[in-house]
Amino acid sequence: MKEWKNVWILAEVAQDKISPTAYELLTAGRSLADALGEKLCAVLLGHDVKKFAQDLLDHGADAVYVCDDVSLQHYVDDVYAKTLNGMIQAYKPNKFLLPATNLGRSLSAKTAIFAGTGLTADATEVMINPSDGQMHATRPTFGGNLMATITCARTRPEMCSLRPMSYPKAACVPGKKGEVIEFAFDAEKYTSLAKFLQFIKSEGEGLDLSETDVIVAGGRGLGKAEGFDLLYKLAERLGGAVAASRAPVDNGWIEYRRQIGLTGRTIKPKLYIACGISGQIQHMAGCSGADVIVAINKDPNAPIMKMAHYAVEGDLYEVIPAILETLEK
Amino acid sequence: MHILACVKQTPKSDNVKIDPATGCLIRSGAESAMNPFDEYALEEAVVLKEQLGGQVSVITMGPPAAENVLRDSIARGADKVYQLSDMAFAGSDTWSTSYALAKGAEKINEAQKIDLIICGKQTNDSDTGHIGPQISAWLNWPNAAFVKRVVKADEQCIVVERLTESGTEILQLPYPCVISVVKEISNPRVRSVKGRMAAKRAEVVKWTADDIGADKNKLGIQHCPTRVVKSFSPQRNTNAVVVDGANGKEKAAKLVALLKENKYI
Amino acid sequence: MDYAINEMEQETLNATREFAQKKLKPVRAEMDAKEVFSPEILQEFRKSGMFGLWLPEKYGGLGGGITCLAMAFEEFSRVCAGLALTPGTTALGAIPMFLAATEAQRERWCYDLASGKKLWAFALTEPEAGSDASALKTTAIKDGDFYIVNGTKHFISTGKEADFYTVAVNTNPARGARGISLLVIEKGTPGFTFGKKEEKMGIRTNPTYELIFENVRVPRENLLGSEGRGLLYVQETLDYSRPGVAAQAVGIAQGALDETIPYLRTRKQFGQPIITFQALAHKVAELAAKTEAGRAMVYNLTHRMDEEFLPAVKAALENGTPVHDELKKIKGVRWTKYSAMAKLFCANTAMEVADECVTLCGGVAYMRDFPLEKFMRDAKITQIYEGTTHIQKNEIIAALIKEYAAKGE
Repeated sequence: MKEWKNVWILAEVAQDKISPTAYELLTAGRSLADALGEKLCAVLLGHDVKKFAQDLLDHGADAVYVCDDVSLQHYVDDVYAKTLNGMIQAYKPNKFLLPATNLGRSLSAKTAIFAGTGLTADATEVMINPSDGQMHATRPTFGGNLMATITCARTRPEMCSLRPMSYPKAACVPGKKGEVIEFAFDAEKYTSLAKFLQFIKSEGEGLDLSETDVIVAGGRGLGKAEGFDLLYKLAERLGGAVAASRAPVDNGWIEYRRQIGLTGRTIKPKLYIACGISGQIQHMAGCSGADVIVAINKDPNAPIMKMAHYAVEGDLYEVIPAILETLEK
Repeated sequence: MHILACVKQTPKSDNVKIDPATGCLIRSGAESAMNPFDEYALEEAVVLKEQLGGQVSVITMGPPAAENVLRDSIARGADKVYQLSDMAFAGSDTWSTSYALAKGAEKINEAQKIDLIICGKQTNDSDTGHIGPQISAWLNWPNAAFVKRVVKADEQCIVVERLTESGTEILQLPYPCVISVVKEISNPRVRSVKGRMAAKRAEVVKWTADDIGADKNKLGIQHCPTRVVKSFSPQRNTNAVVVDGANGKEKAAKLVALLKENKYI
Repeated sequence: MDYAINEMEQETLNATREFAQKKLKPVRAEMDAKEVFSPEILQEFRKSGMFGLWLPEKYGGLGGGITCLAMAFEEFSRVCAGLALTPGTTALGAIPMFLAATEAQRERWCYDLASGKKLWAFALTEPEAGSDASALKTTAIKDGDFYIVNGTKHFISTGKEADFYTVAVNTNPARGARGISLLVIEKGTPGFTFGKKEEKMGIRTNPTYELIFENVRVPRENLLGSEGRGLLYVQETLDYSRPGVAAQAVGIAQGALDETIPYLRTRKQFGQPIITFQALAHKVAELAAKTEAGRAMVYNLTHRMDEEFLPAVKAALENGTPVHDELKKIKGVRWTKYSAMAKLFCANTAMEVADECVTLCGGVAYMRDFPLEKFMRDAKITQIYEGTTHIQKNEIIAALIKEYAAKGE
């Protein structure tokens, strides 16, 4: 297995932009590459993506592999997975990190079968075991109740999808030098019967919970959809956004894209105010990266009242208006 | 239209108990049920059958007790159910599990051509989301993951909406193909009385690794590529500062003062 | 308690209970406030096979009879008496059809009835003919192969949403009550329109409409049974449907208790849970006992009915005859008195339980955030529709007088 060398990361491109996950993977990948004494390489797939190679070098990649073809303009699982496997077989990376985004999750899964190797899903931490150089990928399972560390001893590359926001973004050093290697797209081999028809940008654009410093989230304790009106007021006053735990989404009080937790989004705001959220482990998995968590809950025994940094026992319909009033002063 | 839904029996609540000493799951007393995401997948399969005619088959891989999840599938509208059960499967990771399911699907396909395989987006116990795309890889069928809506389905192909972080993508997949679906796809029905009664009497087809012609070198904890080397309970902050006061106003004032003092607002 | 129910009935309880909790409970408050019919809930009822519980398997039904129908109505009403009416009034509208229909008519209507693809409603009441149904003024005059229908029906549950209406009309006004017949009139038939939508005290999640017939041409194939026998079919229908209303009332009473007891256990005043105050506790015990008595009455009655109804249905399907004819062949009992007793007792119980539960819980129960005031508003209808409590008493006393007169006492 000696021929398998270097640490790869997939730099996802969405809407003609490098996804922030690429920079996070570069941070994670750098620690692996340094521990192994190998190179950190970024992979770019898409159409008109070569222009991003320098940006990836600037953010710490030692080399960038690019497959740039019009057939890769849109993400079609087979085409991408076959191309990626083509690159894996050609260059034989040792470790391969992909983002655990929707694209990354399905692409990594399919590629792992084509490449005949193991894959760890949605890890939050990766490290190299010094004794054997294997990657130890740690991930939450059972709804975040259990952490499992997973290895892939016999096959290469050791693949892993890494949950967004698990690592800080790599710093940018403009003008860094590095190799850009182009990989030719094989139109005969990298095919799919699936056809991409259309992309529709989601409404309510500008809502990017991952870029927001303050998030005010509501849970079952709101009792009704109208309860969110109060949260919007508070969020607006603090310059933040509104999110939710799973229950309000299930009840149809608020849209799914605002759901925080294992089955929703992971966020890392500076301030997270959880209103009427009990703090199930699945929810906490999505928000525990916040610098500070404030819990407002009627029930002093709700799990979140211990896990938060500040716990306010009380009726949110009383406390939040009082906070707004205090802020007005 | 012949649709195969893949389901898994998992612990009922994803709030399972972990032994803090061993870091192991406390399985005794943990109630099992159909993985919630698979309910959406099966419901969509049944809805498509009701629209287009045909048959819904359901497959699961799991220990003998996992038969219950197949009976439950009958109650939810499935027509035929298959269980892959063999010690050789024990401890399989997603690579091996998807291999076994793909071999099972091949065998079903020989008897009656499958048009569409539907999986839930992930399970509530291992949360990987691998199985759908990986079954499609083994079968070399096209696939789409994170499908939130079937726009159109006819005799030749299916058009689906796939959820991405920035919007929605529309894809057309010819049969046979595999989709894995998110919960927006459907609204699972409450099991009918007829379904509940049929479930008790349904025949569950049981297959071993040999029955589906699976290569045992690709199965089970001995042969699958990944392995769990350690498991532990996550550490959590449990030192919350209680913001107290005589009433909501006092508490609010104190909280705002604390947040300001620490420059959070 | 265990009412010696069979497997099918047990599964009916399980399914309808789960349905009510999962599908009705989350939306009932919103639907009640908006006073709109929910097509989504209709679809859920269909998907779970809730329209065919009492219909033969031949038509895609479960084959469960009157008991399954009553059980379902009880369990749905335990959560929302209004949403329960979607399958409930469809059964009411379809029972006269199912009893009197020829084999050809059953073939025409029963498949879409059992699947819930088509909803039914029952149209008897008129502005001038409420308790006195024989005074109805809607006429259906024969014109070749058609009847020309003119008149107005009002207070029709599931109005406008239902596809088929079983309408009591007079085909021979000269004969008065003996001219009354039943016609099935389809929504969309020219001249058939909907008037005012009623604003009601309770059961607001079910629309109540006025039906207007202006020279509506209804084909003769839509006549149920024979001309002039309409009131007989209506009476037979009410015998079977009143236990359903009684079951609904039991459900409302049980639902009110379901909300009340947990509240009384957790609400503390004077330093203790208020259920520990004996005055309140004894009241709850009394209400629970009455509710159970009502349930026992309903199950006992419907089980006895099914002993005749199910064999009659089986024979009708085998012989290609109307169910009504087969019932006549085997019928030993007239159910009118017992149906009336069940409805009278259960409706009064529902009203009492809902009323007392609001008092027991106090201020919170008077607020719309808490479901009890809705139970109280909904309970009232059970004392009114399908014959007011006074009409039930008339039925009971008429039967008693007859019985004693026959004995010569």
